[in-house]
Amino acid sequence: MSAAQINRREFLEAAGVAGAGLVIGFHLPATGRGRAAAAPFAPNAWLRIGTDESVLVVVDRSEMGQGVTTSLPMLLAEELEADWSKIRIESAPADKAYINPMFGMQGTGGSTSVRAAFTPLRKAGAAAREMLVGAAADTWGVDKSTCRAEQGAVIHTPSNRRLTYGTLAAKAATVPLPHDVPLKDPKDWKILGTRVKRLDSPSKVDGSAVFGIDVKTPGLLVAVVARSPVFGGKVKSFDAAKAKAVPGVRHVVQISSGVAVVADGYWSAKKGRDALAVTWDEGPTGSVSSASISQLFAQQAGQAGAVARHDGDAQGALPGAAAKLDAVYELPYLAHATMEPMNCTAHVRPDGVDIWAPTQFQTGAQGVGAGIGGVPPEKVKVHTTYLGGGFGRRFELDFIQEALETSKATATPVKVIWSREDDIRNAQYRPACLHRLQAGLDASGQPVAWTHRIVAPSIMARVFPDTVKNGLDGEAVEGGVEMPYSVLNVHVDYSLADTGIPVGFWRSVNNSYNGFVVETFIDELASAAKKDPYEYRRDLLGKAPRHLGALNLAASKAGWGTPLPAGRSRGIAVYKSFDSYVAEVAEVSVGSDGTPRVHRVVCAVDCGPVVNPDIVEAQMQSAIVYGLTAALWGEITIDKGRVQQSNFHDYRMLRLAEMPVVEVHIVPSSDAQGGVGEPGTPPIAPAVCNALFALTGKRIRKLPIGKIA
Amino acid sequence: MPPISFTVNGKRETVNVTPDTPLLWVLRDTLGLTGTKFGCGIAQCGACTVHLDGVATRTCVLPVSAVAGKRVTTIEGLSKNRAHAVQRAWIAEDVPQCGYCQSGQIMAAAALLAKNPHPTDADIDTTMTNICRCGTYQRIRAAIHRAAQGA
Repeated sequence: MSAAQINRREFLEAAGVAGAGLVIGFHLPATGRGRAAAAPFAPNAWLRIGTDESVLVVVDRSEMGQGVTTSLPMLLAEELEADWSKIRIESAPADKAYINPMFGMQGTGGSTSVRAAFTPLRKAGAAAREMLVGAAADTWGVDKSTCRAEQGAVIHTPSNRRLTYGTLAAKAATVPLPHDVPLKDPKDWKILGTRVKRLDSPSKVDGSAVFGIDVKTPGLLVAVVARSPVFGGKVKSFDAAKAKAVPGVRHVVQISSGVAVVADGYWSAKKGRDALAVTWDEGPTGSVSSASISQLFAQQAGQAGAVARHDGDAQGALPGAAAKLDAVYELPYLAHATMEPMNCTAHVRPDGVDIWAPTQFQTGAQGVGAGIGGVPPEKVKVHTTYLGGGFGRRFELDFIQEALETSKATATPVKVIWSREDDIRNAQYRPACLHRLQAGLDASGQPVAWTHRIVAPSIMARVFPDTVKNGLDGEAVEGGVEMPYSVLNVHVDYSLADTGIPVGFWRSVNNSYNGFVVETFIDELASAAKKDPYEYRRDLLGKAPRHLGALNLAASKAGWGTPLPAGRSRGIAVYKSFDSYVAEVAEVSVGSDGTPRVHRVVCAVDCGPVVNPDIVEAQMQSAIVYGLTAALWGEITIDKGRVQQSNFHDYRMLRLAEMPVVEVHIVPSSDAQGGVGEPGTPPIAPAVCNALFALTGKRIRKLPIGKIA
Repeated sequence: MPPISFTVNGKRETVNVTPDTPLLWVLRDTLGLTGTKFGCGIAQCGACTVHLDGVATRTCVLPVSAVAGKRVTTIEGLSKNRAHAVQRAWIAEDVPQCGYCQSGQIMAAAALLAKNPHPTDADIDTTMTNICRCGTYQRIRAAIHRAAQGA
C-alpha cells in the first residue's frame, strides 16, 4: 500500500497544478454512459461534481463483471459523504493519472483493483469533502469545525443551514487542495461494507450497456481476419478475387496476423473471409501435437529444474521415510472463452488515433496505437467500453493491433470482430503442464519431505522475458512455492517447457494449476496417513492462521463429518492467491454413466476488509463456476500445430442445470486486503476431485475429469 | 435482393440484405439494435435470443428471409424503462456481472414465464440453457422465481 500512497500524493500535487485540464479526454459518446459535462469541481482525476448535483466518478479499471464500476465509486463516495443516488460513472481514458500502482501501467487484472484503490480513492474523496466544507464555511463566514458533510450537502450544525454539493461546486474549486485529511474509522462507514446495488445492472438488463462489439462511429466498416491455422504461421500468398465478389466487401488487406476482409457489416465480412484463398507458411509449430507436448513434459520432468524453494533436505529425508508417495499430475491448455468474442474498433488518422475497445490494458493499447499510427501516445485516445468478460484474455493486445493495422491500411474506421472459432483457436492459453510430486511420511503419518517439480510453459517468457532469471519464472511457481503446510524438508523446482503454443493469463493464472496439484497431493498424504483430509490439513496449518480460518469456516458451514445421502461425498481444499484465502467444500455424486455431478459448494473467503459483500459473494460464485467448468471438461488439444476445438459444442461450458448450489461465507477480517476476482477459482478443482476420491477411491491426477470409469 | 419486411418492437421494418443474413446481424448492423448479442454463431449459447412471434428464438443461425411478415421483439422492446417483471427481478437480485449474455437470458426467461407463470426448478433447468461465463446461474434462478412472484 505504501507505493499507492506515494503515487497518490504525487498525483494530488500534479492535479492541483493541472486543475480542470484533466477533464479533457472524457468524451465517450460511444459508451452510452454519462458525460463529464463542464463540471466546475474536478479536484482530482476521479471526481467531477456538477452544478446539477451530479457526482461523476471516473472509473479507471475495466468493468468485466467483477464490479469495479460499483466498488470503486463506493470507496470515493464513503469519504466524500456523497448522496449515493447521485453517483454516475464513466470509464477513464488512457492517462498516467490512472496507472494501476500495483502494476506500474494502466490495466486491470491480478485481482488488484480494490486493493490498489482502497487508500487513494478514499483519500481523494476525503480531500474533496474538505474542500466542499471549506467552501460552505467561507460562504457562511463560520468556522469549518462547526460544519459537517452529509448526503451530498454541507450543514452548519449550530444553525442547521445547508448547502448542497452542486451549489458549492464552483466555489470549492477555488479552495486549496488539503493534504493528509484523516480517513474515517471503519466503524463509521455508511457505504463501505454494505450490499450496495451495482450501478451497471440497469443498463445490463435493457440492452443499453455498450460493449466493444456494440461501438458505432460514422463510416464504420467491419473486418473479419483470416489467420494462420498453425501458431506462428505466416501468409505466403492469397487470392482476394472471390472475397471481393461477396456483396458488401470493400477491402481485402494483408496485416501482420493474416488477411483482413473489410465489409459493410459482419456477415459480409465473414462470408468474404470464408471465400478468401490463403496459402500459409506454417512454420515450425506445424509438427506439434498434444502427444508431443506430453512427451516433452515427461522428458523434462526427469531432469532437475531451476530451484524455487529449498528448505532442509527433502531428497535426503525421503529414503528414510516410513511411507513414500510419488505422483504425476497433468493439466491441459485452457481457453478463456469470454462471452463477448474479441473485437476492437480503431480509427487511425494522420493526426491521431482513436481506439474503442473492451480492454484490460489501456496504456498497452495506447502504446500499440502510437506505434502503428506513428503519433505520440497522447494523440491516441483509448475509449474503454464494457467488457463481455475478460479473465485475462483482454490483457492481450492482438485484437487491438489488428483493428489498428486494418484501419490504417484502409484509411477508415474499422471494427475487427472475431468469430467464436477465431476466439477459441487464437488465444493465449492457460499453460498445459506436468507436475511430479514426492512426499515422505513418518510413522505417525506426518510429512517429513515434500518435493514438487513443475514442468510448464512460461507466460512471463512471452510477455516480460526479463523477469525470467536463470530459468526460473517466479509466476509459474506461484502457490507451489508458498505451499502452506508445515513440512521440514521442501524442494520446489521449475522446468520451462517451450512448446510453440502461446500461453497467457487465465483467471487465477498459474494458481489454477498449482492449487489443483498442491491441494490434491496433500489429500493423498492424508489418505496415506489414514487421516481425515480436513483434520490433516488443519493440523499442518498451525503457522498459517488465515488458511486455517477459512478452512475451519468452510468445514463448519458445510457440516464436515455429518452424514450425507447415499452416493454422495465431500472433498475440501484451501488455497491462498492474490492475498485472499479461500476454502471450498464440494459435495459430489457420480451418475450411472460415470458423469460426475457437483451438488453443493460451500466457500469461505478471507479477503480482509470487505467493500461490498454482495460483490464478494458474486465473485466467489463466478470463480467457482469458471474453475468447475474447466475441471469437468476444459481441454484445448493440439494436432499439427492447430487447436482441435472450435466452439461451445466441443469446448463445453457449464449451464444452469449443472450449477451447484454455492454458499459463500466471509471470514470477518481486518487483516491485509486481498483480491476477489480470481481467488475462488483454484480451490474448486481439487475440492471436487478430492470428493470424487472419497466417493470412488479413484484419485484424479489428470484434468479434465470427464467421466469416472 | 427483394426487400424483406417484418415487425421489430412494434415498428414495421423493411431491409435490403442478402436473404441468408442471420436475423442477428440485421438487428445489429442494419437496424442498430445492439442489445442482442453475438456469442457463438451456432445457436449454442443463446446470447442472440429474441422473441419471434412470442417464442424465444436464437437468431445467429436464423436467416432473415425466414422472418418475413413475423413479429420480432428484442431486449430493447421488452418493456419501457425496464418495467418487465424479469428486468425488475434481474436488478433486484443484481444478476449481471459482465452482462454480455444477459439480454439473451432475460429474453429466454421472459418467454418461459409468459408460457409458464410459475416454473419449477426443473422447468428452469430445462428451459434456461443459455451460457453465462460469469456463472450467474444461481442468481438467474432466484430472479426467475422472484419475477414469478411479480418481482
